[in-house]
Amino acid sequence: MITLSHYIVLGAILFCISVAGLFINRKNVIVLLMAIELMLLAVNINFVAFSRFGHDVAGQVFVFFILTVAAAESAIGLAILVLLFRNRNTVNVAEIDSMKG
Amino acid sequence: MPTFNDILIMVPEFFLVAAACVLLLADAFMKPSERVYLHWMSIAVLAVTIYLVVFKQTGGTVTAFNGMFIRDGVASILKVFALLTTILVFIYARPYLQDRKLFVGEFYTLTIFAVIGVMLLVSAGNLIMIYLGLELLTLSSYALVALNRDSSLSSEAAIKYFVLGALSSGMLLYGMSMVYGATGTLSLAQLHTAIPSSTMPHLLVFGLIFMIIGIAFKLGAAPFHMWIPDVYQGAPTPVTTFIGSASKLAAFGMAYRLLETGMGDLAQHWQLMLAALAVLSLAIGNLVAIVQTNIKRLLAYSTISHMGYLLLGLVNATPEGYSAAMFYAISYALMSTAAFGVILALSRAGFESEEIDDFKGLNQRSPWMAFLMMLALFSLAGVPPMFGFFAKLLVLQAAIHAGMMWLAIVGAVFAIIGLYYYLRVVKVMYFDKPVEGAQVRLQPDFTLRVALSLNALVLLALGLWWGPLLGWCKQAFVG
Repeated sequence: MITLSHYIVLGAILFCISVAGLFINRKNVIVLLMAIELMLLAVNINFVAFSRFGHDVAGQVFVFFILTVAAAESAIGLAILVLLFRNRNTVNVAEIDSMKG
Repeated sequence: MPTFNDILIMVPEFFLVAAACVLLLADAFMKPSERVYLHWMSIAVLAVTIYLVVFKQTGGTVTAFNGMFIRDGVASILKVFALLTTILVFIYARPYLQDRKLFVGEFYTLTIFAVIGVMLLVSAGNLIMIYLGLELLTLSSYALVALNRDSSLSSEAAIKYFVLGALSSGMLLYGMSMVYGATGTLSLAQLHTAIPSSTMPHLLVFGLIFMIIGIAFKLGAAPFHMWIPDVYQGAPTPVTTFIGSASKLAAFGMAYRLLETGMGDLAQHWQLMLAALAVLSLAIGNLVAIVQTNIKRLLAYSTISHMGYLLLGLVNATPEGYSAAMFYAISYALMSTAAFGVILALSRAGFESEEIDDFKGLNQRSPWMAFLMMLALFSLAGVPPMFGFFAKLLVLQAAIHAGMMWLAIVGAVFAIIGLYYYLRVVKVMYFDKPVEGAQVRLQPDFTLRVALSLNALVLLALGLWWGPLLGWCKQAFVG
């Protein structure tokens, strides 16, 4: 029997993977965008599970909004990434360090 | 069911959305030489919105669309000042943008969409509205930071802002999902009543921690401040001005809605977290600012310390503390627009005027600009009788009344340390010799000089005559 806590643990694991992906990754900015998507999806699992087990539909409505905003967010992220590549000829995270202090 | 009355309550927002769409369309049919009309139309639109917020609204707290949208004194005051600072940003921005071939319609429409985000965020009555308002503000800001498409610094700042901003939204959402799970509601008002009877108090506090991380990111409080210096330095200066003023008012509004309207019953938990954030912000902001040579970066670290002071007001968790924090947010928005306004007025094509050395001997070259910059810096430093002094006094008083004497002492000590780096810029302007061959060519723009002078003199005027504004702030949290 799959209970609420299974879903919450799954959401927590996905969330941890995405945060680790953001902080450990030193190679590629595109991987950062993927980690951000994963983070939002982990939140969505939480919302749907709480909504289903709490018998309240509002959480699922929130998920629709998160999905829509996530799409807009990746569009802007990719646009900025294209801009960065045009100016720098690299998407390597370790090389994006011209401002310090 | 939504009624016509709901729409009447939201008239300023609806008007601004419609006007932004019209401006977007008008821009498509305009020749580059006619774009100056777009500039004036945008300013007129914002002015009309201020009029609608102030005069077409009755007093008291009103909600629309089943509690999704709250209109009260807090929201109205924050909206008026966010719109006002945006008008100033537009006026200051025009010569800068024209000099750099950035005078495009996108700047105006994106900024107006960001302001709509601010207005929805400070009026949010539901977690969904908080999220949507916040994303409307930040997504527009990401694009604005990258406005200068050929600048390598700009695109680097934009990608850093984007990644950290998205991370903070994710944290905020994760916290919201936990709070939703513990209470079963997304409405802030119902959250407030559901929290004392919640069967899962641990889940609530767990969610609260993630929400506070999200709020701290948006405010730019240490240790979640990493994006602030890079974004301030890399973004085009008008965009930095916007992020440093209207966005800060929005972040305060968001913190108030989430922490007080929603989670007011958990105050004993979040007070200590905010106190820790405040101490770290004061320390990191003021100490790291001392070694900066770039004035935009210096003002970025000064922002971090100012957010520490704002948190001192929120820590109090009573109407007195909130009104002090709102007074501080308003004073910071006006002070930072004045300081960045001077940087914008001194910059010209091919010269950003963003190093402290560029200000050497400014008094000999342009005494009036040096005087205005001095007013802004004294106000930021909190020198009496400037506006910033009374704002600092009120938040320190709020911290003492919250029973946190130690916090007020930390705040006062760091205010004195902070004085050093503001006075260093004043010293460079008044006592250093100008660099050989350096000359100031003031922007010949008349409206910029008038608006900037008014903005800086208001800092002095409000320092001498701060009663009415403080009265409005206090009244907003009582009624």
